[in-house]
Amino acid sequence: MNNTISIRVADFLKRFPPFNAISKSDLEMLAGKVSIVYRDKGSFIFETDEIPHECFYVVHKGAVILKNKEKDSLLDMCDEGDIFGLRPLIANENYKMDAYALEESILYAIPLEAFRPYSQNYQDVSNFLLESFASNTRNPYSIKQKGQLVSEKASESNNGSDNVMFDLQQVTYSKKIVCCTKSTTIKAIAERMTKKRVGAMLVVENKLPIGIITDKDIRNKVATGLLPITAKAYSIMSSPVITYPNTMTVSQAQMAMMKSNISHLCLTEDGTVNTAAVGILSKHDLMLTLGNNPAVLMKAIKRARKVKKIKLIRKSIMNLLQGYLDQNIPMTLTSRIISELNDACVKQVIELSLKRMSTEPPIKFAWLSMGSQGRSEQLLHTDQDNALIFEDVPETELTETSEYFVQLAQIITKGLMKIGYEYCPAEMMGSNPKWCLSLSQWKSTVGHWISYPGPEEVLLSAIFFDFTIVYGEKDLADELTEHIFKETSTYPVFFRHLASGALQNPSPSGFFRSFLVEDDGAHKDFFDLKRRALMPLVDGARVLILSHQIKSINNTAERFERLAELEPNSQELFLACSYATKALLKFRTKQGLLHNDSGRFIALDTLSKEEKIKLKRTFKTIKELQELIKVRFMVANLLS
Amino acid sequence: MRLFKKKKNVHLPDFWHDYEEAFNQKLPDNINEIRFVVLDTETTGFDYENDRILSIGALSLKNSTIIVSESFEVYLDQYFYHAANVEIHGILRDERKNCISELEAIQQFLKFLRNSVIVAHHAGFDMKMLNCALERYGLPKLQNKVLDTSYLYKKTLIYSPLLTRKEQYSLDELAEKFDIAKKDRHTALGDSYITAIAFLKIIEKLKKKSKFSLKKLMR
Repeated sequence: MNNTISIRVADFLKRFPPFNAISKSDLEMLAGKVSIVYRDKGSFIFETDEIPHECFYVVHKGAVILKNKEKDSLLDMCDEGDIFGLRPLIANENYKMDAYALEESILYAIPLEAFRPYSQNYQDVSNFLLESFASNTRNPYSIKQKGQLVSEKASESNNGSDNVMFDLQQVTYSKKIVCCTKSTTIKAIAERMTKKRVGAMLVVENKLPIGIITDKDIRNKVATGLLPITAKAYSIMSSPVITYPNTMTVSQAQMAMMKSNISHLCLTEDGTVNTAAVGILSKHDLMLTLGNNPAVLMKAIKRARKVKKIKLIRKSIMNLLQGYLDQNIPMTLTSRIISELNDACVKQVIELSLKRMSTEPPIKFAWLSMGSQGRSEQLLHTDQDNALIFEDVPETELTETSEYFVQLAQIITKGLMKIGYEYCPAEMMGSNPKWCLSLSQWKSTVGHWISYPGPEEVLLSAIFFDFTIVYGEKDLADELTEHIFKETSTYPVFFRHLASGALQNPSPSGFFRSFLVEDDGAHKDFFDLKRRALMPLVDGARVLILSHQIKSINNTAERFERLAELEPNSQELFLACSYATKALLKFRTKQGLLHNDSGRFIALDTLSKEEKIKLKRTFKTIKELQELIKVRFMVANLLS
Repeated sequence: MRLFKKKKNVHLPDFWHDYEEAFNQKLPDNINEIRFVVLDTETTGFDYENDRILSIGALSLKNSTIIVSESFEVYLDQYFYHAANVEIHGILRDERKNCISELEAIQQFLKFLRNSVIVAHHAGFDMKMLNCALERYGLPKLQNKVLDTSYLYKKTLIYSPLLTRKEQYSLDELAEKFDIAKKDRHTALGDSYITAIAFLKIIEKLKKKSKFSLKKLMR
């Protein structure tokens, strides 16, 4: 049966193997028999030893993790277009792994019975089935189609060495091969390489690779004056091309590059020069695969031309973070590096968003991150809190200008959502016209918060005043900061309100020093680490540092360190606060990575005795800090 | 009660009796066992009296799964026609897309619908449109339980002084919020699909909130 939905399903499937081999009408027929399955983050599609479903799955949206239950090791991660759960169906055996949704996912479940006829009618499809039968995990062609170099061998050896995350690293070799003929001029080649942003170009004849030209060839043979730029490709190309099969593993690729001292491998259908080239693997791609290296990731972010690519890189950043935590690298360093990388991702999203606007921004603007990202304390994916500030324009142009920036901010926030920052539930985002204002509009807004500090205004100040500029004109942000300090010195009573706001957080422990847990909602009986432990420190540091008129220190731990310098009398307490902040942040991050969430809520019974003691020690510091704030800002008077 | 029912239904056609029969079966208690029918109608306009349904799209949803083969999509043969609305639904009067009569459409739709729970965006409108159509053939109103994604979505929003809540949220806004591709927007089945995905996401969100229960949802 054909309908709007089945056509929609077919449109998606035709982009991926083996469905791309099936004719349009057949595919639409098949799509009519598909079921569309929704799975929330963390829920299972199937579990080990379960009897196979009658269908296999294709990921339409989201990501699915395949996991070996016994060894608790990750076998594979399936992305858009990947197939899983096919082998047990054909082999008629129970599932040998768990499959669960890493993020909210939509899957297409394709009944094997409906699919089987095509495997007989189409040679490509039957090959696909054979290969997936032979290989152990999933889509055997993903190696070619998606640029996944991690084959079975690689994942096995890595599971052995406990480096299970390795499998998750996305290797992308360029499958869009940039090539020329042997008579193309060097000038044209250089132009195309620049345009396509590649470091190597393949020289082909009848689709077969006959030579390769890299940046190095152009530098050594042309820029030195040896040959003119009008010379032809064949005069500078390296030939014959060293080719490998596209099924090679990461370690094989590494060996190959070292052995021949080359930086680009040409991958062909069967690994010889006698079949068509299917892709080029550069050293950069390989580094990215192995990529526990911030510099490589940084380069990859800046190179990303699509938001989707940044999403993949962010997964690598999470792996890097995991590694740092495992190796016990100091938290200050860890959070600085991860924040830098996260900032770079945001910046790149903004760059890409700007390109999507039909015109350049009419005036200068700045993109601000607020909340945890503004404080460089955001290690995991959390909600986005951001704002946009643009230069003042004449009254007559204000509407038009703010419309432009709201539109831009909408593209940006959507991009940020795509790379893993969820929308702020309170809509504190640049895409909300209330958070996308001109400099003087912002000035009067914050001025209002400071001079009339009701509970709402204090809450807004608390979130907004930790802003940091991520992109754009720094002067705009600086001027706003200046203005905030000026206003707060005119209305010192504001600090008292801010301080009282800082004391509003619920207490972490009860009378007998027991943990206080949530008594309602989805997190019933969990400990709210953010609200009960981190927020009192964050809020406390903010009011103290603002009262000292210290700008451009946003990080809570660093704020406490600075306070310790400024107030030798309370040095001990502030250093303890700094330490507690770092410890709690680390705690939260570890919990978050463990459960693939923000780490905010903690199941107490999963903690070891030692961890519990550590946590409780920070509570004592929190209490002392709150006492100090209460006395200093005379909050008691306000409350009474 | 039974007597009363019989008496009332005495002149109704068989297909209506079949439809009513389905309600003898109680809805399951487990949300995963309930069949939801997510529907959308395209109409000639917004006037219940004069405007007519041009197409009905519906899909069935059970255990978080949409079964594509169990989709429903019909185009109706209508004489009443507003040129102004062609821009929205893209259905031209003379564009005959295997159109069937209104009565035929109702008959097929009731057979598809059975006692399932109806889900629609701004459900009030679609229900009224459908009930008006039923009335024209002397049929009683639809008896299904109805859920409105526009209402449910509002329940997922946080209560915060910082968030200004809107009175109405359009399907476009939901698609935007939940990152659902707006392909086939303004075709009945395309809109049903968007509504269905939004519905699944809303339910997940509501489940995480405190005191979620099916009974409350159905109220």
